[in-house]
Amino acid sequence: MMVRPVFEKHEMEQLLHMVHHVYGYDFSEYSKASLNRRIQKFMHDKGLMDSKSLIQLLAGDRLSFQFFLETVTVNVTEMFRDPSFYKCLRQQVIPILATYPQINIWHAGCATGEEVYSLCILLHEAGLLHRCRIYATDISPANLEIAKSGVLPLHHMREYTANYHESGGVLDFSDYYTAHYDKVLINKQIRERVVFLQHNLVTDHSFNEFQLILCRNVMIYFNKQLQNKVLKLFYESLSPLGFLALGMKESLLFSEIKSKMSAFESAVKIYRKKNK
Amino acid sequence: MKQVPDYQVVLIGGSAGSIPVISELLQQLPATFKIPVVLIVHRMRNINSQLDVLFSRNAVTRKVVDTEDKMALQKGKVYLAPQNYHLLFEDDKTLSLDYSDPVFFSRPSIDVSFESAAAVFGPATLAILLSGANQDGSNGAAIVAASGGTVWVQDPATAESDVMPLAAVRACAQALVLTPAEMGKQLQQL
Ligand SMILES: C[S@@+](CC[C@H](N)C(=O)[O-])C[C@H]1O[C@@H](n2cnc3c(N)ncnc32)[C@H](O)[C@@H]1O
Repeated sequence: MMVRPVFEKHEMEQLLHMVHHVYGYDFSEYSKASLNRRIQKFMHDKGLMDSKSLIQLLAGDRLSFQFFLETVTVNVTEMFRDPSFYKCLRQQVIPILATYPQINIWHAGCATGEEVYSLCILLHEAGLLHRCRIYATDISPANLEIAKSGVLPLHHMREYTANYHESGGVLDFSDYYTAHYDKVLINKQIRERVVFLQHNLVTDHSFNEFQLILCRNVMIYFNKQLQNKVLKLFYESLSPLGFLALGMKESLLFSEIKSKMSAFESAVKIYRKKNK
Repeated sequence: MKQVPDYQVVLIGGSAGSIPVISELLQQLPATFKIPVVLIVHRMRNINSQLDVLFSRNAVTRKVVDTEDKMALQKGKVYLAPQNYHLLFEDDKTLSLDYSDPVFFSRPSIDVSFESAAAVFGPATLAILLSGANQDGSNGAAIVAASGGTVWVQDPATAESDVMPLAAVRACAQALVLTPAEMGKQLQQL
């Protein structure tokens, strides 16, 4: 059995309090099970054996805190993950978006940009990209830096290409990027309608009205209370009949906005704001 | 003197060769079996294998829930860890999902769920590890045992793929080695 750093549940409160106080990030309403796992991972990576040394390190060293933030906010993502979801966007949602003269999209929790660029490719293929403004936000500055650069590792491209075709894409996927050694750069044309912004769903407010909001695999890290709060924020930020897309295993089941939204395609968790 | 703990959760983990065994175990659960059961089974990525439907067809007495984030563990239900996510347990006995990196190339990872359950349920955890072709689950099994929980491992001689059970027996000295038939019988007694 692996030797694990000791991190007891009651120590969590102390740590989160310090992080909130010193750095302004409030993780108190995150799901504890995952948070606990991530903190253990951070301690393991840093060779810390108890919470006292963890708190000491983080309180005194901004650079370590940046790394802590990156570990705690899981940033795993993919292009065209869940092809059935993208197929639904392509076939059912985008034709409706096409009826708007200008389309505002909020991509919340965009991580390193893979999902955003997948969406941009769909919009580009529908001839809509130039009419769109895509606001891609994340809590993590490090993620946003990578996302902005448009550079992705090459070794996933084969899988992404398969996902793209499975989601209904018929063009040559490699036309969307140029490869350079072990990296690829997504074409500028695909990236140019995206604005990347730091935005914390816990504390920040809405900043526009949107026809489509995507927030996938972000709220799984929140407890039910925080999920409910964030879903209300999304509701208020949607235009009438606007779309909300969640991760494949998330739902509005436990939220207050449930009755004010209709299931547009429940198999892929796309909801639509009811017209009052 | 009978000394069976009151389990609050039964976890069943498996990979290659475990699906028939899981079906068999589910079939043998009596209608009165109230402890929530959680299945963690390795599958191919991005392939929509409808395991929940398959298991539901075989579990005569109950439907298998394709778990979504923040569902509450309920008595008498069987939960399947969804593809591409790790499944974790919260203190309030709800389930949460996590999309962090695979462990031993696996997501869901059996280790991750076993360890998380041990932290919440401690001695009230029963973890069962079945046939499989990698060593996912053995670390978790050791942690379950160290937290006072119970571990059953499929007798490697009966497993289609014995890597997983062998690794678990090595990692977890407290593990009880049982054939699927024996497991079925023992479950009926809980
Ligand atoms: C697992 S990734 C999901 C990425 C992508 N949406 C997907 O499904 O592939 C979770 C992302 O949520 C971000 N995140 C976590 N907490 C957040 C918060 N409070 N506000 C905004 N973003 C947050 C993380 O930084 C991370 O990039």
